[in-house]
Amino acid sequence: MNTSVGTVKRGTFWHRVKQQKVLILMTIPFLAHVIIFRYVPIWGWLMAFQNYWPGKSIFQQTWVGFENFRLLFNDPVFYQVLRNTLAMSIIKLVFGTVSSIILALMLTEVRRIRFKKVVQTISYLPHFISWVVAANLVRDALSTDGGIVNEVLMKLRIIKEPIMFLGIPALFWWIIGASHVWKEVGWGAIIYLAAIAGIDPTLYESAMIDGAGRLKQIWYITLPSIRPTISVLLIMNLGWVLSSGFEQQYLLQNGRVIDYARVFTIYELDYGIKMMRYSFATAVGIFRSVVSIILVFSANQLAKRWGQERLV
Amino acid sequence: MNRIGRKTWEDRILDTIIYISLIFLVIVTLYPFLNTLAVSFNDAMDSSRGGIGLWPRKFTLYNYQTLLTRNQIYHAALVSTARTVLSTLLGTFCTAMAAYIISRREFVLRRFVSFVYVLTMYIDGGLVPTYFLMRSLGMTNSFWVYVIPGLVSAFNLIVIRTYIAGLSDSYVESARIDGAGEFTIFVKIILPLCKPVLATIALFIAVDNWNAWFDTFLYNSASAELSTLQYELMKVLQSANTMSGSLLQALSRAASGTTNTVTPRAIRATMTIIVSVPIIIVYPFLQRYFVHGLTLGGIKE
Repeated sequence: MNTSVGTVKRGTFWHRVKQQKVLILMTIPFLAHVIIFRYVPIWGWLMAFQNYWPGKSIFQQTWVGFENFRLLFNDPVFYQVLRNTLAMSIIKLVFGTVSSIILALMLTEVRRIRFKKVVQTISYLPHFISWVVAANLVRDALSTDGGIVNEVLMKLRIIKEPIMFLGIPALFWWIIGASHVWKEVGWGAIIYLAAIAGIDPTLYESAMIDGAGRLKQIWYITLPSIRPTISVLLIMNLGWVLSSGFEQQYLLQNGRVIDYARVFTIYELDYGIKMMRYSFATAVGIFRSVVSIILVFSANQLAKRWGQERLV
Repeated sequence: MNRIGRKTWEDRILDTIIYISLIFLVIVTLYPFLNTLAVSFNDAMDSSRGGIGLWPRKFTLYNYQTLLTRNQIYHAALVSTARTVLSTLLGTFCTAMAAYIISRREFVLRRFVSFVYVLTMYIDGGLVPTYFLMRSLGMTNSFWVYVIPGLVSAFNLIVIRTYIAGLSDSYVESARIDGAGEFTIFVKIILPLCKPVLATIALFIAVDNWNAWFDTFLYNSASAELSTLQYELMKVLQSANTMSGSLLQALSRAASGTTNTVTPRAIRATMTIIVSVPIIIVYPFLQRYFVHGLTLGGIKE
């Protein structure tokens, strides 16, 4: 009985394969491409357990076990990198989310459609420029000779002398946060605007009959209605805290603030590749990847438990 | 959400706060661009006196003349354009095709192929293994490293797949009854139906490629002829304060002896504008597609 079911199943399976051979043939180049470029590098993780020296194949290297990880976890710089990455991720996440929500709330309150469209269009322009360009603009805005931020602060008599903002270690995280908000606030607002647009209008009507003003409506209707969107996005983004971006920090840092700017990729570059410690750099990469996967999947599970759709 | 009625004091105050904040946002967003634009058209020595706002004080085209006549910049612009055009065309086509394949409900490998792609969103081989892979494939110091590795991204794939899944099956069915092959169905039926989402994806790929500099830095920094505009700007940014960059040195050497001079600040401003102009030109045409296409693609769902 079992075998008959098996044969029927197998029969239909091979029948389907035969029927779909064109589709399968079309798939092969795609599979080959993704395996070569995305999965073969994972095979290279073996390097982390070796004392890799270029020029020899991966099988001819000396194996050192977990030596590179021991070095990593005993390196004070590693903990500094971890601290910087987490701090900047959280600053960016909190301020990015709050500012995008506020912008979305404000835009929905605007009744002049043209004005709203113009503001919206301008607000997500910076999302599309590169961090190289953005870093140049930030550097100029913060410069001591005629940078707009110093000029304004001096005009307002808040400061007497121009401040070299990018040279102050304690400010670096906040500059990263502020420039992130500048670049992404409009783009981030799109999803909240969509969520607000999906709220049942009768809720507002009945609130108005009850005499609720606009602020009350925002507080008691809009915000609670978009809370699921907010929490799911927050949780999912928490999964990415170890990938807090790299370009922004790399392009805005300088020698004075590097102890606060160094994030994982900069660490891999400066303490790994530039020193030809390829195996060590690979170990750093593995640490980041593995912790990220765990975080992303737990975040995904959490979001699912909150009754929302999964990421995928 | 029609909230018509008499305006109360609360309404007035709220409206004022909202309008002022939004205008402030617009100013903060645009000022850095406009200021840089003004500096790029202003005499470099005059700019270093400071105080340039939104309009050049001593208008000149000299900064642009100096930069645009450099072969290095001209060539980098060519490479940037080539990689953007090629990656966009090939990438959009390939991603759409892969999306079509995994959107076919009866396809036996559908779940497997989707899983293989989705996993790449979470697992990343890391800097060093990827670098060594590219080297062994002969993709360092090669133009193709800009195009081939990133051909199909899992995220774009899912966006297009979701869109195709929302289309009616009847188009494909009737085409199949007419005897059309898989590839014909894809090119003749699916591609035209997907225009809105493909425009969005094409924009994403184009912007990503135009904005990329790290791949140049990592794989092609040894070959000057493969440099891109973003990478050139990045080098200028990194060396601006110390005047150590080769481009900066060459430029200031070229400029000395003439009445005109360029300064690091002027070079940086001019390069910044040159690099951003293409984005700003395409932006109005495509911006209506991306929000639309993004909601269509169902990021929310």
